[in-house]
Amino acid sequence: MVPFAGWEMPVQYEGVISEHRAVREDCGVFDVSHMGELDIEGPNAHELLQSLLSNDLDRIADGGAQYTLLTNESGGILDDLIAYRIDAYHYLLVVNAGNREAAYAWLKEREIRGSEVRDASDEYALLAVQGPRSIERLGLPDAKQFTHAMGEIDGIEVMVNRTGYTGEQGCELMCPTEDAPGLWDAVVGRGAVPCGLGARDTLRLEVCYPLHGNDITPETDAISAGLAWTCALEKEFTGAAALRRVQEEGPARRLVAFVMEEKAVPRAGMRILGSDESASGEVTSGTHSPMLDKGIGLGYVPTANATPGSDLTIDVRGKGRRATVVPKPIYKPQEGQQ
Amino acid sequence: MAAAESYPDELKYHPEHDWARIEGEEATVGITWFAQDALGELVHFEAPEAGATVAKDSSYGEVESVKAVSDVIAPLSGEILEVNQAVIDAPETVNEDPYGEGWLLRIRLSDPGEADTLLDADAYKQLLEDS
Repeated sequence: MVPFAGWEMPVQYEGVISEHRAVREDCGVFDVSHMGELDIEGPNAHELLQSLLSNDLDRIADGGAQYTLLTNESGGILDDLIAYRIDAYHYLLVVNAGNREAAYAWLKEREIRGSEVRDASDEYALLAVQGPRSIERLGLPDAKQFTHAMGEIDGIEVMVNRTGYTGEQGCELMCPTEDAPGLWDAVVGRGAVPCGLGARDTLRLEVCYPLHGNDITPETDAISAGLAWTCALEKEFTGAAALRRVQEEGPARRLVAFVMEEKAVPRAGMRILGSDESASGEVTSGTHSPMLDKGIGLGYVPTANATPGSDLTIDVRGKGRRATVVPKPIYKPQEGQQ
Repeated sequence: MAAAESYPDELKYHPEHDWARIEGEEATVGITWFAQDALGELVHFEAPEAGATVAKDSSYGEVESVKAVSDVIAPLSGEILEVNQAVIDAPETVNEDPYGEGWLLRIRLSDPGEADTLLDADAYKQLLEDS
């Protein structure tokens, strides 16, 4: 167990690699109750969120979900989150645990008449059930990714969100906190393998989902991070002007995915050595990929070095190790991926 | 599959969680069950070259799991006769069999007397209990 954003979190149950494989091949379950839930309600909830979130909420209907960013004036990323539209007057935002208080404060301070922001994090537990067989194992109907609906698992009422952080088919089940132990037992009883934070990180990194605090921060912008697709630059929202400028001028650095060509595991904070000093960058996430059996990572490099096929050298504790920039995702889930 | 916890009586132990099987002027060395369990499934052994020398209590390489990297400390001094290529190719061998197939180096001892400073299995187990 390790402390994480005020929670005691399991890094692993049986082992990172076996848990990772369970999710890629069958079904795993992660207790992600540390994630924050913010409830935004009122006739002007939509208007408030449209002015603060980067993506266009008009693209989703009731029962829809959307990956989006909470941005500051300079276009930096305060948090990345998923917005669930319950109805026109009610949205649920699932935010990162480490940003829960900051995101809540940011939204609360900007409340407008007819909108109310509430931190409901302590009321809900969240279990991510991920893997190609997860929907079948849970006995749930098929549904499109990025939708949500109420459902039931062995008599326990849950909100079934067709979202996740692994690139696989699956869902995230939200329930009142007091129902969580029973739900966990039910899901594990249906054959889901308990998975910890370690596998959550290796899985998301193989599919290049960014981790806030590492790959994206209030100092990095969505365009450089390759998240322009989450930014509706034609609408007005906090930081839109700054992001349009980056988009027009082209970012100086880009967040790239890379695979090690030599046996070595890249780690966050390691330097990426370019052909000269101006061409250097930094690893923001790195691990050993269980599916590729190679070191993989994400990092910022000058745009000139950001095209797939570019050679990189990673400074692994004083030794230069060769890596190659690859297209995202690094690993493509076999079927039914998001 | 990970091995069950054990600390064989015929081995000598270094407090940094390394073991040595001493046979005359030579020794085979590796990391203990405790060390591999603390690291988790190994994915990389950054190994030295055969012919290089290792010095007791100093790092001669690194073992790395998905979640962490650790120096490996030489329990004894000497010249490296052989590096276990099987572990370089399949680092998880250390988790499966830390005292057998998962050995790391064979060395020719430069000072066999150093062995007297190492712990026996009971003393090492006591050290684990006390820590």
